[in-house]
Amino acid sequence: MMPFAQLRHRLWHGLVDHIDVPLMIVAVVLMGIGLASVYSATYDSNNRFFAQAMNMGVALAVMWSVAQIPPQKLMRFAIPLYIAGVILLILVMLFGVTVNGSRRWLSVGFTRIQPSELMKIAMPLLLAWYFHKYETMIRMRHFALAAVLLAVPFLLIAKQPDLGTALLVGASGFYVIFLAGLPWKIMFGLIAIGSAAAPFAWTLLHDYQRRRILTLFDPTSDPLGAGYHIIQSTIAIGSGGPFGKGWLSGTQTHLEFIPEKHTDFIFAVFSEEWGLAGNLFLLFTYLFLVGRGLMIAANAPTLFSRLLAGAITLIFFTYAFVNMGMVSGILPVVGVPLPFVSYGGTALLTLFVGMGILMSIQTHRMLVKK
Amino acid sequence: MARRHHHDSFHHQDSDLDRFRFRIGVAVALVLITFTLLFARFFWLQVIQHDYYTTRAEGNRISLVPIVPSRGTIVDRNGAVMARNYSAFTLEVTPAKVPDLEASIDALSQLIEIQAKDRKRFKKLMDESKNFESIPLRTRLTDKEVAIIAAHRYRFPGIEVKARLFRQYPQGELASHALGYIGRINDRDIETIRKAEAEANYKGTDHFGKSGLEQKYEFHLHGQTGYEEVEVDAAGRAVRSLARTPPIPGNNLTLTIDTKLQAIVEQAFGERRGALVAIEPSSGGVLALVSTPTFDPNLFVDGIRSDDWEMLNTDPDRPMINRAIYSAYPPGSTFKPYMALAALELGKRTAQQVMADPGYFNFGGHTFMDDKKGGHGPVDMYKSIVQSCNTYYYALANDLGIDNIARFMAPLGFGSRSGIDIEGESEGVLPSQEWKKRRFKRREQQKWYAGETISVGIGQGYNAYTPLQLAQAMAAIANDGVMFRPHLVKHITDSRNGEKTQIEPEPIRTLPLKQQNIDTIKRAMVGVIKEGTGARAFAGAEYEAGGKTGTAQVYSLKGSTYNREKVKSELRDHSIFIAFAPADKPTIALAVLVENGGFGAQSAAPIARMALDYYLLGKKPAGAAVEDSAAGDENE
Repeated sequence: MMPFAQLRHRLWHGLVDHIDVPLMIVAVVLMGIGLASVYSATYDSNNRFFAQAMNMGVALAVMWSVAQIPPQKLMRFAIPLYIAGVILLILVMLFGVTVNGSRRWLSVGFTRIQPSELMKIAMPLLLAWYFHKYETMIRMRHFALAAVLLAVPFLLIAKQPDLGTALLVGASGFYVIFLAGLPWKIMFGLIAIGSAAAPFAWTLLHDYQRRRILTLFDPTSDPLGAGYHIIQSTIAIGSGGPFGKGWLSGTQTHLEFIPEKHTDFIFAVFSEEWGLAGNLFLLFTYLFLVGRGLMIAANAPTLFSRLLAGAITLIFFTYAFVNMGMVSGILPVVGVPLPFVSYGGTALLTLFVGMGILMSIQTHRMLVKK
Repeated sequence: MARRHHHDSFHHQDSDLDRFRFRIGVAVALVLITFTLLFARFFWLQVIQHDYYTTRAEGNRISLVPIVPSRGTIVDRNGAVMARNYSAFTLEVTPAKVPDLEASIDALSQLIEIQAKDRKRFKKLMDESKNFESIPLRTRLTDKEVAIIAAHRYRFPGIEVKARLFRQYPQGELASHALGYIGRINDRDIETIRKAEAEANYKGTDHFGKSGLEQKYEFHLHGQTGYEEVEVDAAGRAVRSLARTPPIPGNNLTLTIDTKLQAIVEQAFGERRGALVAIEPSSGGVLALVSTPTFDPNLFVDGIRSDDWEMLNTDPDRPMINRAIYSAYPPGSTFKPYMALAALELGKRTAQQVMADPGYFNFGGHTFMDDKKGGHGPVDMYKSIVQSCNTYYYALANDLGIDNIARFMAPLGFGSRSGIDIEGESEGVLPSQEWKKRRFKRREQQKWYAGETISVGIGQGYNAYTPLQLAQAMAAIANDGVMFRPHLVKHITDSRNGEKTQIEPEPIRTLPLKQQNIDTIKRAMVGVIKEGTGARAFAGAEYEAGGKTGTAQVYSLKGSTYNREKVKSELRDHSIFIAFAPADKPTIALAVLVENGGFGAQSAAPIARMALDYYLLGKKPAGAAVEDSAAGDENE
């Protein structure tokens, strides 16, 4: 028989060995902010507090499980996950369920899944694996093929249409390519071509997407429609002032002026009640998260883990920037949640899988060194 | 610089790592810049503009309440109202705001009458809508009921009395397949609205055109939503109205349909299934679009009751199908005039050419029989149409060949959608070698056999057309080859300034036909009425008309949607009749089809006679109970 102390010791280590403490602290802080805001946004009608707490519990368990998988094993999932993701996206295109005019969901008997979420992990995983495989001889054609591998899911998702997710998936792949050393010349060339092609891309956008961009410049042009979101959320943020109106006291929130207030626009709720001080705290928390993630990337032992950690971290950053940018009225409204804060099980799950991968990369590195 | 590495595969791990770390550094710079940008934005909003936004938030006791415009009305060509609105009080429930729904409804039913069917419909609507929408529990409240609810309102949070406009179709089942109906907005409608960039305009609207003209002209009929700026108290309740942008009512539709003609035809059909389409040849305006049995569109307006829905959908006569534009039938002998015209135009026959009809036609070891035993004797083109001689057309079809037939018929509208202004049209089948290749998968089925051409010549075989296509082709001939797109709406009247927009005033094409040939065909069709297969039905007619009888065999069904079991029990042929009148300057062309009505002369021709008698002479059939209200000249 094992002595009790030894058993406890083993259990404890089994539980925490692959948890990165700084990341865990950030996650707990952000989840706290999320729960407080979800409660404030929904307690007076359809309270989502407990549902979100449940989501977080599930997501944490998944994160813990992912953190146990060593990066070498993660590599093996790269191709199957990517292929499964693309197939599911094609199935969505063919048989998907249409919600609010977008075909994003796939009905699988008891529930509906959103394959584009899977792609947010599968995309950087595949490209990181790919560059890792050709590590010592990365040439132009590798970048070209990587671009093709990225374009397929990007276009499938953009066609649903779900521009927000398409941009996130596109960014996640681009970050890998960028970190793998895409020559600056090409990057600036692409930017130049991109800006030249912008008028053309404009014609490809859906009308509602165009309207969202136009209303950014003049929200008052469409007070009953798209502009309403931006007008109301900037009023919420601005009236929050330096120190906020206090938790549960946001008038914008509680008089139902903020649309989607517990999901994509939850930042308006937080900002109204906690003010600039709260925003600053949130910005620093995200900054800390990104800093820790990039540190993990910089110190990772293999190219695969470096690229993957870097891309996942930058995706966290992108979520945060795009969401806060759109809610505060400097970016067009696309469906991107505030990471670890917005209500919603699927998005949370994806984020925590990413978190688990970061932890795995960090903690297995230390084990290798030992 | 880092880029050198791409041209050099023998570089060191270390420099790779350095390059990676440099890129991480670039990313960090990007993060810092964007976060600074965000901070600057927050600082601008929350410190510098704080006072402004505080004022706005306090002034943000103003909420915009949409005011739904009244839907455009629909009237017939003489001004008879077919769809209008009436205002009524409804008792509405917002489920999300009601703590105990069942108990509240029970308590309400103590105060006013709430029947089981009301509850059922409410349940159904609740399943279909979002939780925070308000859903009608009772419609058409009396003044007394409104007063009772008002007195007890404090007891029922989430329940209110609203004045709403309701759609009403005062003529009931009349022309319901053309009119269509409106119903509550569903997911598919939302998608349509989104595509039309009309989301803002549909705030507060909860009905949408689901079929017929109500669907096709939805965005004309809807109007422009207005809004009221309402001051709300801290709990979000409306305190007073600050400003009001009135809604602009929807535009009104004036149809080409003559409801009295429509009513006479619908009555003439009685219990029989079938369709009639009558068109004004000089404009393409549809004078009557009948599909029987019909249904009452009023049933759909408040949300259809499930038992009504069940009945409409399980009725073996399928009243929800628009037979006039959706169901395709073999044209039978009504195809012969067009075959004859093709022969003249393509030089395969002259009008005077005579063939001897022995009563049968042999081809490839198969005998095609004529209807008349022993044959019609010597037959020229006129006689072939007047007496409907099959043998003449067996030989003609064989001489023309299937692809020539298809090429000639296509411009007349056979086998393609006419583009009429309601949804749900089918293409029908204009057979050709290419069609067969597309239609069938297996190679041996794809081959066209010359024998198949022969039955096509008398309008049987693979041929299948909608009554609308038959009427459109008739109108094209009546109008000497100048074709218009069939349409139901004559003009749209702008509700603001009364400006009228004409629909389809221009011809879509002019068929390159020789007038002489058209006249030959028309003469023969007049002969049908005078001395041929249509003579009995038109005995004593006070006008000169052209027509052609037809019988569609029901032995096999192509491209049709009938229930096989049912067809087996009712093997009688479909009775068809096409006509135009007056012969010298036609003002009406029509096609009638009576399902299982037997010979064309038997059931369809008498209905055509009644329609023409009314339209040309104002004569009503004996015993017809058509109200004589709308004034005006029918033959304008």
